[in-house]
Amino acid sequence: MNHSDKKNKIQSKKMTSSKNNRSAPVNQKSQSRSKGAGLVKTQYYTFADPPGELILNNGEKLGPITLAYETYGRLNKNKSNALLILHALSGDAHVAGYHTKTDQKPGWWDFMIGPGKPFDTEKYFIICSNVIGGCKGSTGPSSVNPKTGKTYNLDFPVITIGDMVHAQRHLIDHLGIRRLLAVAGGSMGGQQALQWAVAYPDRVAGILPIATTARLNVQGVAFDVVGRQAIYGDPKWQNGNYLDNYTIPSDGLAVARMLAHITYLSEESMRKKFGRELQTRHEEADFITDFEVGSYLRYQGESFIRRFDANSYLYITKAIDYFDLAEEYGSLVNAFKQVEAKFLVLSFTSDWLFNTAQSKEIVNALNVSQKNVSFCEIRSSYGHDAFLLPNPVMERLVAGFINNLRN
Amino acid sequence: MNPKSKRFSDQIRLDLKIIADLIQPDSRILDLGCGEGELLAKLMAEKNCRGQGIEIKDENICACVEKGVPVIHADLDNGLNEYPDRSFDYVILSRTLQVVKRPDFILKEMLRVGSIGVVSFPNFGALSVRSQLFFKGRMPVTRNLPYQWFGTPNIHLLTIKDFKLFCKQADIRIRRQINLGSERRQGIWPDLIPNCFAHLAIFKIERNRHDHE
Repeated sequence: MNHSDKKNKIQSKKMTSSKNNRSAPVNQKSQSRSKGAGLVKTQYYTFADPPGELILNNGEKLGPITLAYETYGRLNKNKSNALLILHALSGDAHVAGYHTKTDQKPGWWDFMIGPGKPFDTEKYFIICSNVIGGCKGSTGPSSVNPKTGKTYNLDFPVITIGDMVHAQRHLIDHLGIRRLLAVAGGSMGGQQALQWAVAYPDRVAGILPIATTARLNVQGVAFDVVGRQAIYGDPKWQNGNYLDNYTIPSDGLAVARMLAHITYLSEESMRKKFGRELQTRHEEADFITDFEVGSYLRYQGESFIRRFDANSYLYITKAIDYFDLAEEYGSLVNAFKQVEAKFLVLSFTSDWLFNTAQSKEIVNALNVSQKNVSFCEIRSSYGHDAFLLPNPVMERLVAGFINNLRN
Repeated sequence: MNPKSKRFSDQIRLDLKIIADLIQPDSRILDLGCGEGELLAKLMAEKNCRGQGIEIKDENICACVEKGVPVIHADLDNGLNEYPDRSFDYVILSRTLQVVKRPDFILKEMLRVGSIGVVSFPNFGALSVRSQLFFKGRMPVTRNLPYQWFGTPNIHLLTIKDFKLFCKQADIRIRRQINLGSERRQGIWPDLIPNCFAHLAIFKIERNRHDHE
């Protein structure tokens, strides 16, 4: 099939769907949405006003801090049904539902959160906040430094996964929740989940680290190093001060995203999605639009620069790379010594970035210290992205695990 | 106990009930090939045991997690090297010995990570099995060995005699042997001539302690 055929097909698909919409207006849409988390609004919590700034891992102070967060479901009377969801590198607080009735896309983990879904909004109160250092409403390098009245840029202090979790704990305090029923997250969200277990052992009953690691392997670090170099090597980056000059290092950020996106897929999922298909065969020296996979990645890169800040990308990937519980506590076994929570650790067969070996490292350390841990390597061909896609085994495990925490 | 879990524990396989009776309260248990976690759920609920299962099938892992039984996805053929020596009071291997690639290796591993091992397996020496091979000249298919030769997971079938001889050679002490006849009739025969009349055998084993060590 050549490109124009495909385009026609997509167009005809669009036409039929719009026809359907016309014959059954609004109703159909609202029905499918009523099964989900529904309409949500992002909320903001500001704390750590000077002189009570948050003391960061590196000793520096940061404040005031704003966290963007969303909640779903209802907090029960004794505040014992709260779940904290933690997002990955490019995620945000909008984990499920829609912001407006006309939104095209729901939150990033919509299939997991809602009435009757694994994170059941009829039983649980679900919280998700944007990490500090981020660019989706929480304080980060693109925020204005109240001391100078200018954008932080590289004056923003270096933050760690520990600092992100520390800030989240302030939000949980603010919501009046003493003990979370569970914290769950994939990838960098899983790193935060582990940090929660270790830093606040008496404040959470269940930990769900999914497709994650207690320390990223050197291969993963290497990809991040190249991604960061693409950004700071872009002349438009201007030592991080690009926002002051109303520009962004779009080329560098796009390349960083394209590279990272490859690591989120598996060879099999790429082969199934694109094969080696050419968009158009160029015998002349056109190097831009050959392979379908190329145009897909370019699209990913281009849409990313519209929604993500380059400096946030630098700060957050650095936090991911530096996270190392074993180094911090002498060994992973030591790190988990004080842990009280039950664990459900999940990995995916085709995830080569946060691979099963890294999950098993967590599981083994918990085993050695005789903690309550369950682990499953889930079959999937979608690579690291698998945790963001519907999967019956993952959904059943998560639902079953959380349900038992209540009893 | 709620009526639902009562019914559940009544339905539990007879051999699992007998194994549960062999376990002291408040013990740490590792169940190798724990299936849907029925035995561990029973031991955790009724004997305040701390359980841990190992299982290879994802649907069984889901069933364990839904019961609140901690379970690790792993292949027993890779051994138990993530577990330190003596980290469990009991290690259970129920109807699983005959499906692993290296039964000798797994038995050794059991008695490394646990103080006591509990092993159950279908007895290939039972008369019903022998007679099928002898009279029909075909691979036996019985209630305990329900598979055809080409689709069976049972790759290391053994008799009670084989197991006892193995224990002797491997310096394993048998602390208890329980012989089970057919599900309906127990009778006296399984205990009189186990290798002919027991369909299933349960052994409680430990490493021989040598006083001079």
